[in-house]
Amino acid sequence: MQDFATTLGNAIGLILLGDADLIEIIALSLRVTLSAVVIACLIGLPLGALVGAFRFPGRAAVTVLLNALMGLPPVVVGLVVYLMLSAAGPLGPLRLLYTPTAMIIAQTILVTPIVAALTRQVIEDLHSEYAEQFASLGVGPLDRVAALLWDARYSLLTVALAGFGRAVAEVGAVIIVGGNINHVTRVMTTTIALETSKGNLELALALGVVLLAIAVIVNAAVMALRASAVRSAYA
Amino acid sequence: MFRRQFLSLALAGTLAATLAAGGSAPVSAADEKFIVVQSTTSTQNSGLFDHLLPIFKDKTGIDVRVVAVGTGQAIRNAANGDGDVLFVHARPAEEKFVAAGDGVKRHDVMYNDFVIVGPPSDPAGIAGSSDVVDALTRIAAAKAPFASRGDDSGTNKAELRLWKEAGIDVGAASGDWYRETGSGMGATLNTGTGMGAYIMTDRATWIAFGNKGDYTIAVQGDNRMFNQYGIILVNAEKHPNVKSELGQTFVDWVISEEGQAAIANYKVDGQQLFFPNAPAGS
Repeated sequence: MQDFATTLGNAIGLILLGDADLIEIIALSLRVTLSAVVIACLIGLPLGALVGAFRFPGRAAVTVLLNALMGLPPVVVGLVVYLMLSAAGPLGPLRLLYTPTAMIIAQTILVTPIVAALTRQVIEDLHSEYAEQFASLGVGPLDRVAALLWDARYSLLTVALAGFGRAVAEVGAVIIVGGNINHVTRVMTTTIALETSKGNLELALALGVVLLAIAVIVNAAVMALRASAVRSAYA
Repeated sequence: MFRRQFLSLALAGTLAATLAAGGSAPVSAADEKFIVVQSTTSTQNSGLFDHLLPIFKDKTGIDVRVVAVGTGQAIRNAANGDGDVLFVHARPAEEKFVAAGDGVKRHDVMYNDFVIVGPPSDPAGIAGSSDVVDALTRIAAAKAPFASRGDDSGTNKAELRLWKEAGIDVGAASGDWYRETGSGMGATLNTGTGMGAYIMTDRATWIAFGNKGDYTIAVQGDNRMFNQYGIILVNAEKHPNVKSELGQTFVDWVISEEGQAAIANYKVDGQQLFFPNAPAGS
């Protein structure tokens, strides 16, 4: 494994030296993944909170569906988005195929159910604690959802991180809708797949370690934010 | 008190939305001159495109975006209109593509050849052979493991044609000694070398491949293992969003004297990977 140690050293060296190609790939990975997670949260947090906080007919079915969709196979999502965005598909005129936007769309579809399903559970648990208080204060439905989301915000950060984890590690969908085009749609995971297929296993593994390090940094940054928010809340 | 919290939540939401919009704003590159080329893993993995495309861009300013998949998938993508040029290696399928009206005209570009690589133990005793049909017959007789792409790619089609010539029904042996990986050339080489199987690969991918282990070329030099590449402009009459002018510029350059020389000049470890053979004056 001496080979691997050298290759990993080289890969980290490339980052430290600001290798333009590698930085570009990392930046695109983060841009696609973070955009997808933010959009998924904008949809998934309110959706999960509504399902978690209110009783309505078919609620159990919606819950089962949300939970099941967490297991969406990325390749299938990639194929569906490809068929939609293809020149022969209904959204072909938008010319989005083989662009980062297409990758964001595919990842948003993958991440939204994860955010919604986990949010539903968090909000439902919290709501059972708050229900009586809400009723006695006569709080309206919108304010209820807002209060629940706000009070659950630290748990929901972890929910967002779960979505981030899914998106940043995903290769099956983005390689189909993005095409892994050099300097246009090449991200960390598709680069790792490409280097593996070239037989450059050490380089592929080194890039994998770099990707893992990025995930650790993002998670640590979010946790640090959370800790400082908690401190200021109790200060 | 809930009102205030709702406000700050709304604020956070707006902020996040702005972030998302800012994050995905610079994705459109409509003002940039580019074409999409549907091509195969062998041309990409061997590094040929990394060599050719900068030369072409310097000359014309056209950015070529390559989607490298198996020939079967490349042809299907192009038949959906998702590409301006098709650059693959499966002549019968290419001619069908043109006949169906999806392509304008097919041009020969270059060739290389297929080889069969194998482990040093050589369980079928075929090392050094230049008769591919005899070699395949021996592999089948010895039930020596053979890893196939199994993905309808150009290489896969060529391999199946050779098994047919040898009169062997590999479908019956699938899962036994005949193993279909259902993946690209590189992945199949990684898998095949790991299980000690023989593998048929194009020579360019093999020379550039980084995980050869102790494998060497066992069978080569048979005329039946000739591997011809063709290039086709996707037909704008059937697929109106095709950038015919830019695509034609690329096709013309690849088969021009200059493009052909650039192909011949591409070497890995001193070995030429592709041999240009576009008809002169085309």
